[in-house]
Amino acid sequence: MPKITIDQKEYEFENGMTVMQACELAGTEIPRFCYHEKLSIAGNCRMCLVEMEKAPKPIASCAMPAADGMVIKTNTKTVQKARKGVMEFLLINHPLDCPICDQGGECDLQDQAMYYGFDKTRYEENKRAVQNKNMGPLVKTIMTRCIHCTRCVRFSTEVAGVDDIGLLGRGESAEITTYLEKTIESELSGNVIDLCPVGALTSKPYAFKSRPWELTKTETFDVFDGVGSSIRIDTRGKKVLRVLPRINEETNEEWISDKTRFAIDGLSSQRLDNVYSKIEGKLKKSSWNDAFTIVKDQIINRGRENTVFLSGKFTDVETLYSAKKFSESLNSPYYDCRFDNAQFVEKSNESFKFNSSIQEIENADAILLIGSNPRWEAAVLNARIRKAYIENDCKIGIIGPKLDLTYNYQHLSDSLEYLNDLSNNQSDFNKVLDNAKNPLIIIGTSAINNQFGSKILETLAALAKKIQKNKDVNPLNVLHQDISRVGALELKFINKNFDKDYNLGLKKHIDNNRPVVFLMSLDEIDFSTLENAFVVYLGHHGDIGASKADVILPTPAYTEKSSTYMNIEGRVIQTSKCHNPLGEAKDEWKVFRVLSDLINQKLKFNNLRELRNELTNNYNQFLSLNELNLKKDLSFGKINKINDIKINYNISNFYMNDSISRSSETMALCTKDILKKVA
Amino acid sequence: MLKEKDKIFKNLYGFEDWNLEGAKKRGVWSNTKDLIEMGSEKIIEEIKNSQLRGRGGAGFPAGLKWSFMPKDSGQDHYLVVNADESEPGTCKDREIMRNDPHLLLEGCLVASFAMRAHSCYIYIRGEYYSESSNLQKAIDEAYSNNLIGKNACGTGWDFDIYLHRGAGAYICGEETALLESLEGKKGQPRLKPPFPAGAGLYGCPTTVTNVETIAVSPTILRRGSKWFAGLGNPNNTGTKIFSISGHVNNPCNIEEEMGIPLKELIENHAGGVIGGWDNLLAVIPGGASVPLLPKSICDTVKMDFDSLKEVQSGLGTAAVIVMNKSTDIVEAIARLSHFYKHESCGQCTPCREGTGWMYRMMEKMIHGNVQHQDIDKLLDVSKQIEGHTICALGDAAAWPIQGLFRHFRPEIEKRIEERKRRVA
Amino acid sequence: MKHPGTNNKVYKNINDNFDWSPENFKKISKIIKKYPSDRIQSAVIPLLDLAQRQNNGWLSKNSLEKVAETIGMSYIRVLEVATFYSMFNLEPIGKNFVQICRTTPCWLRGSDKLSKVAKDVCEANIGETSSDNKFTVVEVECLGACCNAPMVQINDDYYEDLDEESFKKILENLKNNKSIKVGSQIGRKSSQPERKFDA
Repeated sequence: MPKITIDQKEYEFENGMTVMQACELAGTEIPRFCYHEKLSIAGNCRMCLVEMEKAPKPIASCAMPAADGMVIKTNTKTVQKARKGVMEFLLINHPLDCPICDQGGECDLQDQAMYYGFDKTRYEENKRAVQNKNMGPLVKTIMTRCIHCTRCVRFSTEVAGVDDIGLLGRGESAEITTYLEKTIESELSGNVIDLCPVGALTSKPYAFKSRPWELTKTETFDVFDGVGSSIRIDTRGKKVLRVLPRINEETNEEWISDKTRFAIDGLSSQRLDNVYSKIEGKLKKSSWNDAFTIVKDQIINRGRENTVFLSGKFTDVETLYSAKKFSESLNSPYYDCRFDNAQFVEKSNESFKFNSSIQEIENADAILLIGSNPRWEAAVLNARIRKAYIENDCKIGIIGPKLDLTYNYQHLSDSLEYLNDLSNNQSDFNKVLDNAKNPLIIIGTSAINNQFGSKILETLAALAKKIQKNKDVNPLNVLHQDISRVGALELKFINKNFDKDYNLGLKKHIDNNRPVVFLMSLDEIDFSTLENAFVVYLGHHGDIGASKADVILPTPAYTEKSSTYMNIEGRVIQTSKCHNPLGEAKDEWKVFRVLSDLINQKLKFNNLRELRNELTNNYNQFLSLNELNLKKDLSFGKINKINDIKINYNISNFYMNDSISRSSETMALCTKDILKKVA
Repeated sequence: MLKEKDKIFKNLYGFEDWNLEGAKKRGVWSNTKDLIEMGSEKIIEEIKNSQLRGRGGAGFPAGLKWSFMPKDSGQDHYLVVNADESEPGTCKDREIMRNDPHLLLEGCLVASFAMRAHSCYIYIRGEYYSESSNLQKAIDEAYSNNLIGKNACGTGWDFDIYLHRGAGAYICGEETALLESLEGKKGQPRLKPPFPAGAGLYGCPTTVTNVETIAVSPTILRRGSKWFAGLGNPNNTGTKIFSISGHVNNPCNIEEEMGIPLKELIENHAGGVIGGWDNLLAVIPGGASVPLLPKSICDTVKMDFDSLKEVQSGLGTAAVIVMNKSTDIVEAIARLSHFYKHESCGQCTPCREGTGWMYRMMEKMIHGNVQHQDIDKLLDVSKQIEGHTICALGDAAAWPIQGLFRHFRPEIEKRIEERKRRVA
Repeated sequence: MKHPGTNNKVYKNINDNFDWSPENFKKISKIIKKYPSDRIQSAVIPLLDLAQRQNNGWLSKNSLEKVAETIGMSYIRVLEVATFYSMFNLEPIGKNFVQICRTTPCWLRGSDKLSKVAKDVCEANIGETSSDNKFTVVEVECLGACCNAPMVQINDDYYEDLDEESFKKILENLKNNKSIKVGSQIGRKSSQPERKFDA
């Protein structure tokens, strides 16, 4: 290993490292503003200058490749002088508005000024004023504060893949803006707020809401898509004020989507915080005891063995497990999670997972996308595809209608019939896949939400086997859109009668048996199927499901309880409770436990710990948290002839796609401003 | 004084025809094939032996620079000619391009061949409109006479020259900013490493060289490195075009021997200082970015890289700006500060923020509207910029001010006192 | 320094329909051929120049966007370029774009007097356009003709070795649509030292 001397001590470093990285390895902190690990190197702030032996001037350590035998000094007079100088230059035109700046308390400029700056000013000229720019409903700008580090420009072009932000002009009149002050059209735009080292770009919805030191910070996971991004939720009392990403190289890197970040205002509107039951055709406030009695009676009267349990987008593993146990105690097999009708292959758990891992996308040099809009279905995962596109010149082919993606792609067909060409080696894209070292197939639910879903999966599995080069990477990836699904399928929360056509199977069962149906935060089904059912809605938002219910039982939202989920890769994550539930909300498992007690089939667990113990005893795949247990080979695969099925993407609005985001005003603004749709 | 026979630029003022026919009469394109047949290594060797130093300002040894180009990179190589002449005081390349463009084009071929480049871009400042049209006509002539293009001059070497006009940005004279601009971006200098010879235009090995450097190279090869090295002083060899402007009777461009005494240059060629040598106040000897020299130094200093470095200034582009005693020396430098503020690209902090600060303080100093300690403050600010920026514009903005304070501090102190008296 | 080329704002003009003229459209393909086929972004400066010439000396919103579309660049990247370089004007200018060099070598030889002359004759302040739209007068930084100082660029041409009188004459002739002589106004060739001129 090559060696570098930093402040008179020798350290080994890896080839390809910069001087700054080597210094970090040595535990020597180098101040910086423009440098960011995930972005290209700009070297423009000049804060990271260090001395290099034999160099006539100090060097920018962020940009200088470390070399064997280099001698670096970080604590000399020259370096201190350089840092003080840069600090002073950054501050001369920076406003003294820290008391009213939302970045206050978590501002790089503030922190580093305390450490490296002068304690008084010698600048006697007028400070520069820069006009604020509109960047849309999410990013607020106070451009006089900008220090021109260009992190936002680099993020939007490099990671988000939208050429929306730029630095206009030159010299001291250089200013950051979007083209003619249009909205940033990216699902990842909020990340520029985190990236901005000063208060130039701040959160518009969070403006003047709170100071960072007043907030309770809870490390948890996101639930708005199947990725399960690592996040931190900042609350004050019972109000969620802010969501920030946590670094997790395996899932979300340092990014989160705008829905993850900004849909939280939906948590305080349209909330169900009372028990309701329908009396004479009208929903009226009720008590838990009365509601339990009504539901118990209905279950018994309508035939307990026909009771239906349907899960939704946010349904956690605890709810699913307790619902399943309760259902089994009623002798009813009618539970299912496939509201979007996405199929899988029986006995093959890898037929519903993202088997390569999300991180592995970075190594891909060819990706076949079938029936998926990753930009909307998993925005941070899409950023990885873009990374592969940039770093590896990854070739991307899509089957499904053309999309506005953040990379160039070859449009293969709108129809799944095209799979026959791929199976028969008759497609141009066969060559791309065959020549690729790390090819991946990503299947969206829009490709498998039909009666031939499992046949399609089999066909693609056969193709995956054929193109697999690396034994350690399973190329077959199914991209589910919600955080609940993979866990539900692992728990076998399915009923064979609802295979192939969920709504039809369900309708048949309900029309024949007129049972009690439990909707667990499920708002995304054809409600005409429920006409003959007694609907019990467990959830936290007065969305479509609640309006169709006979009884409404309020449950906590994802920030109000600790939940277990399995993300698309099969990674088990456990969220943390950020604050107590609103109103009378009760955890779902408690609801089922009480009901089971009333029916004299009492479930065995008495608290969350016991529930989780029982769960992991029965399903040990939920035992270890945050770990990946990838299945590297495919247990199925068969070439089937596929009919002409036109793909229709089953996601039509990224911003308002579930009961929480549909209640969010911010998401409604985005829908209007960016998608130009009426929310 | 340089003998007529040793002049390289025989049509500097355009008394003769600048077209191909005229150029051929002056010996341009006469035996280019023979020069090429010397082979790449020999050409570079000759340029090295001639001790030619880059004429664009930095004075880097040209042969050495050319030798940095990789031997077998497997990539396209580029020669990029820096014709973005913008250093205040400098207007020499302009004369080459409008009055003797074929001299430059022949140089492009020879130098590109030596550096294994099949393509050459000439980046000319956008304001030089008529110069670019002459140059383009010369390029067209060279193509139609098979001097460049496929099998250039019958050498078997395919060679293209493209003219690219800039659009008004001093910073594009910095080689990496020029490359950015040529790639269709803002002219913001790149971080080095990588250096252009490794990854330059379009990521390919590239050499960026000043017009004059390229234009003199065929003559060096023709007449031999010994001839060139025999002119001037060791390490400061050859001839050089000096642009003499400001308070002289006959401002002009003149080709002279390197190392000519400044006084001789001004008196013999520019008709002397207006009001006589004793009326001289100061000279900026190498374009706006080098520190000025007071008369006492001008009396004896020689005009070459090393001599001027010794007196804490520099030859730069050899643009001699003469100021006589009628000059408000503070405003003269304040105007340069304004220039650097206007031309800062805005990329890196010290230059973006510092050039404006310096200019504003300089502006106040013209009227003595500062405190005595502000002189040291401004000096300190200039030192905070110097050496801390991505490119040399920061240094260039700092040096004129440092030069002013070095030699004319009493003048500013006097103005402060005068103002105090007026206000009181 | 007020100058339509040092502006970061796009001028809003409602009746702004820009499309390449047939001759310019032909020129574009010639320009683009100068650069490798996967590097045609290099043509952005030449194309902006072409668009500006077609659009009476300034770049409107639609002309910027047309350039972007022609070479497949995003609007913001083209606007970055257009605002960076001082020769691209982002607001309309008069028929004669009078650019007076103000940098030290020209100033030493009296450029500030030329600014006064321009103000008087053109009836426009520095950075502004005259009411008859004949002149836009600006001060610019060094134009690289220092041995012929003081000098002024009007549209594409340089007018050199000026003094108040000769400059006044030039501007008055322009005002009266009379022809003017380009280059040195004292009749010397280029930057020759001798004062034996042919005029």
